[in-house]
Amino acid sequence: MKNKYSLFSLVKNAFSYHENWEKAWKDPEPKKEYEAIIIGGGGHGLATAYYLAKKHNMKNIAVVEKGWIGGGNTGRNTTIIRSNYLWDASAGLYDHALKIWEGLSQELNYNVMFSQRGVMNLAHNLQDVRDLKRRTHANRLNGIDAVYLNTNEVKKFCPIINTSPDIRYPVLGGTLQRRAGTARHDAVAWGYARGADEMGVDIIQNCEVKGIKRNGDSVEGIETTKGFIKTKKIGVVAAGHSSVVANMAGLRLPLESKPLQALVSEPVKPIIDTVVMSNAVHAYVSQSDKGELVIGAGTDDYVSYSQKGSHDIVEGTLNAILELYPIFSRMRMLRQWGGIVDICPDASPIISKTSIKGLYFNCGWGTGGFKATPGSGDLFAHTIANDEPHKLNAAFNINRFTSGDLVDEHGAAAVAH
Amino acid sequence: MFVINCPYCGEREQSEFKAGGEAHIVRPKQPTELSDDQWAEYLFMRKNIKGIQFERWVHTHGCRKWFNVVRDTSNDLIKAVYKMGEKPPTK
Repeated sequence: MKNKYSLFSLVKNAFSYHENWEKAWKDPEPKKEYEAIIIGGGGHGLATAYYLAKKHNMKNIAVVEKGWIGGGNTGRNTTIIRSNYLWDASAGLYDHALKIWEGLSQELNYNVMFSQRGVMNLAHNLQDVRDLKRRTHANRLNGIDAVYLNTNEVKKFCPIINTSPDIRYPVLGGTLQRRAGTARHDAVAWGYARGADEMGVDIIQNCEVKGIKRNGDSVEGIETTKGFIKTKKIGVVAAGHSSVVANMAGLRLPLESKPLQALVSEPVKPIIDTVVMSNAVHAYVSQSDKGELVIGAGTDDYVSYSQKGSHDIVEGTLNAILELYPIFSRMRMLRQWGGIVDICPDASPIISKTSIKGLYFNCGWGTGGFKATPGSGDLFAHTIANDEPHKLNAAFNINRFTSGDLVDEHGAAAVAH
Repeated sequence: MFVINCPYCGEREQSEFKAGGEAHIVRPKQPTELSDDQWAEYLFMRKNIKGIQFERWVHTHGCRKWFNVVRDTSNDLIKAVYKMGEKPPTK
């Protein structure tokens, strides 16, 4: 890497008052033609470009982004990373990502602030207990670390949780994945962008795709607000707007785009040093390094691209948070926002070729795509470069909705969708 | 968050309703003769429009009746409401 970040570079730049740091990525105008184009400059798209250049030696590629990189769901999620999924296919996919997370800061020479503080999932009724125990066993069979905790162990691991038996949804137990945790969302996008740019990838921001040009059953290029760009391979990683891009190519996807909300509180001193998720009451909370409580709420049940979401969803989540953590009763919330998540009928993603030659989709991550960012990029790059899925994403093809071979992670994914 | 004008009860908060997804998806007349592709199309594939969408809603915490709504999904503005069985507005 040309401009490696190190203690030495920090000291060197201190002498020029940190005013001469090289730009982490350039701001190029699009070329006339690329070997491949990635639509969508979020974490998944940038990671895809990075691995295409690094592992598949495809350097003449571009990422086109309608806004700024990492400005969509990459900058709007609650940064939770875990791999404790029920089904084998999902376990393989998400643990592949988690393993890359563990070495990502070093690989990118960019601190993504990956913190393995553990993720705890709570059980509030007998069915939750059975489901979580089953998932713990399934995780262990797949080599994923997981333990089941009883109420006292939950209290010991996170003392501020109200484990009193007389609350509306008492805590009957929980699971813990210690390798799970959080990372700094912006840093992931920026780290991958810097790494991809270094290898020659063009990252083109403020460039909206307006159309996909087809010649019969193959793609020829994309129409953008910066003109026509020729290419034989297009990877679409447009999250909530996947269906919009698919429509441009005359494809229909099994997706519905819905607002998912999150909010943060005012910053306080360290109070919760792990991530706690609760499926039944739909509340999850962690604390950022700045001290804000990061709270994830649920999705609205209607299709919307408005990036807002309904007030009653936030209200319901905060009710649950207050019952589980009475200590937060006087906290004030600072910011609330929504992101548009594309949800598949089986709540699993699609990383797949399509019926159109040269057109690939990586979508349907729904409410939980951030955790998969490195793995998703790696596997999608493999799929694009070889025109064949990797064995880890073979199950996540688009044909599963025809064959019926669904990867049904609704609820089983440890969080309600 | 928005207000929906239930054709039976009048204007109510959206939280009283439940969304039923895309409207006017016709149940196949001869299910036994459908191919896997046609089943997938009927069951799973959705327009998921950014813009004017025709959709179904049910007034769960009210009259509990189903009806149709025309809504712009890019800003949640409702353009029209019409009862089940009525023709969708063309304008």
